[in-house]
Amino acid sequence: MKLGLPEVRHVAKLARLNLSEAEERALGEQLSAILGHVEQLQALDVSNVPPMTHASQEPTRLREDEVVPGFSAEQAVSNAPAHLGTAVAVPKIIE
Amino acid sequence: MALTDLSLLQLSEQLHNKKVTSREATEAQLARVAKVDPKIHAYLHVDREGALAMADAADARIRNGNKLGPLDGIPFALKDLFNQEGTETTAASKILKGYVSPYDATVVKRLKAAGAVLLGKLNLDEFAMGSSTENSAFGPTFNPWDLSRTPGGSSGGSSAAVAARLCAGALGTDTGGSIRQPAALCGVVGLKPTYGRVSRYGVVAFASSLDQVGPMARTTADCAAILQVIAGDDPCDSTSSRRPVPNFSEPLEAGVKGLKLGVPREYFVSGMDPEVERAVRAAIAEYEKLGATIVEVNLPHTQYAVSCYYLIATAEASSNLARYDGVKYGHRTADPKGLLDMYARTREEGFGAEVKRRILLGTYALSAGYYDAYYLRAQKVRTLIRRDFDAAFEKVDAIVTPTSPTAAFKIGEKMSDPIQMYLNDIFTLSCNLASLPGMSLPCGFTSSGLPIGLQLLGKPWDEAQLLRIARAYEREHDWATRAPPEVA
Repeated sequence: MKLGLPEVRHVAKLARLNLSEAEERALGEQLSAILGHVEQLQALDVSNVPPMTHASQEPTRLREDEVVPGFSAEQAVSNAPAHLGTAVAVPKIIE
Repeated sequence: MALTDLSLLQLSEQLHNKKVTSREATEAQLARVAKVDPKIHAYLHVDREGALAMADAADARIRNGNKLGPLDGIPFALKDLFNQEGTETTAASKILKGYVSPYDATVVKRLKAAGAVLLGKLNLDEFAMGSSTENSAFGPTFNPWDLSRTPGGSSGGSSAAVAARLCAGALGTDTGGSIRQPAALCGVVGLKPTYGRVSRYGVVAFASSLDQVGPMARTTADCAAILQVIAGDDPCDSTSSRRPVPNFSEPLEAGVKGLKLGVPREYFVSGMDPEVERAVRAAIAEYEKLGATIVEVNLPHTQYAVSCYYLIATAEASSNLARYDGVKYGHRTADPKGLLDMYARTREEGFGAEVKRRILLGTYALSAGYYDAYYLRAQKVRTLIRRDFDAAFEKVDAIVTPTSPTAAFKIGEKMSDPIQMYLNDIFTLSCNLASLPGMSLPCGFTSSGLPIGLQLLGKPWDEAQLLRIARAYEREHDWATRAPPEVA
């Protein structure tokens, strides 16, 4: 599997990740090499094998729906790069 | 013997017998960090005031006869992936520089409740992605046994700090070998518990179906004592198990007589350093002398583990790391032109090369048209790897292998070739894919004085058995008391 520049740019856009042109070229080559390596998985017959979708073999646990103390609004925004009062501030979303 | 040379439990005994105070031990430890760490760069942050306050509180308890347990008053350190309230938690990434944790991870809360003195945060590969600690945004850590070599990774700050006597014990995390491989390369003991044994609440996530928290220290008994404190059910982590936590220290000295140890044919492959193979074979022979039965086992899908792992881990990482977008915490790009531009440029500026590579690979593996061929297929291969172990564990109590195919490699040696770096993890990845417990302990040195690690893999929930098997070998040797000459 060879990843060209258009594919690299498409995946980078999906990942919301800006790349320099040098990065696009380097990553295209590196990802192609890695995909070339993982190609070996195609040789295995997995048609009757279920996917391992859970790392734990224990049943999923549920908890009581009880209110417990959490962060205050001030604490919750204390690490935000920008906030107005207790609201996180971001650039305008709707132009 | 210097205070800082004592093992965690030796120091604990001295504290208990009032031969030394926690303040004395902590000051000695901080003084050693100030003197030695400029050469090692194990620490990203040292919290001198916080540590001394915890030491004084421990001393007050001990004076009044209220010592909490073996960790009370012990100088301890955390990989910088653990939230500790009021400290900076960076995951060794520029994108989290300046982030101050507003809460304690569950394991940190438990360490504090056990009286541990938290000295600071240790270096790692950015977001735990790497095998050498060279991917830290704040510069690499150097192996105390040879400063031109890496300490392994991603918990390389933890392994280097324990080896160089810069803390009595540490926490690491292990997603594909990140506790065991650096433990091997630095000559210390590291244990990756069964998936679900230890809470991940408050630990920066990399790949959630693989990540697990574990202890690193200079002896198996120290690791058992640390695991005792951090293990067990946590309502804040739905993947933590409610099953009872056994006493990990109690069976330590029971020996290996009558146990069956499996040696997988597939783990002795070409490309392994002959000195590593010799040391591991010698350890296996020794287990036989100590009364264990050695049984050859097959793990036929081992050769697919690297491919399987690098699809699953990166897919999960691409999803977990979507949260770093410049909105709620961490870095935000200056003067963004709208929201999407803010996301894309914040992430461009904040993430390092390896993290970008993995986010893109994972995004690709999950993207429309490729999901079935890559991610879904990898999950099916994961089932096959798990079944290999299920079959092997019908015949044996534990599996013995090398931890890493080579001793510590040179800084820069593998950085230009990601596949070479990934292949280095061949012996440790399967344990995470199969959700098993595993550990690494020292089993000798190369002729140039570099430590070699022996890996033990166990049945799910069988940490106590692994520790016992490790101890049976450990007590025949003095590896744990050897200190790196470079930083003596």
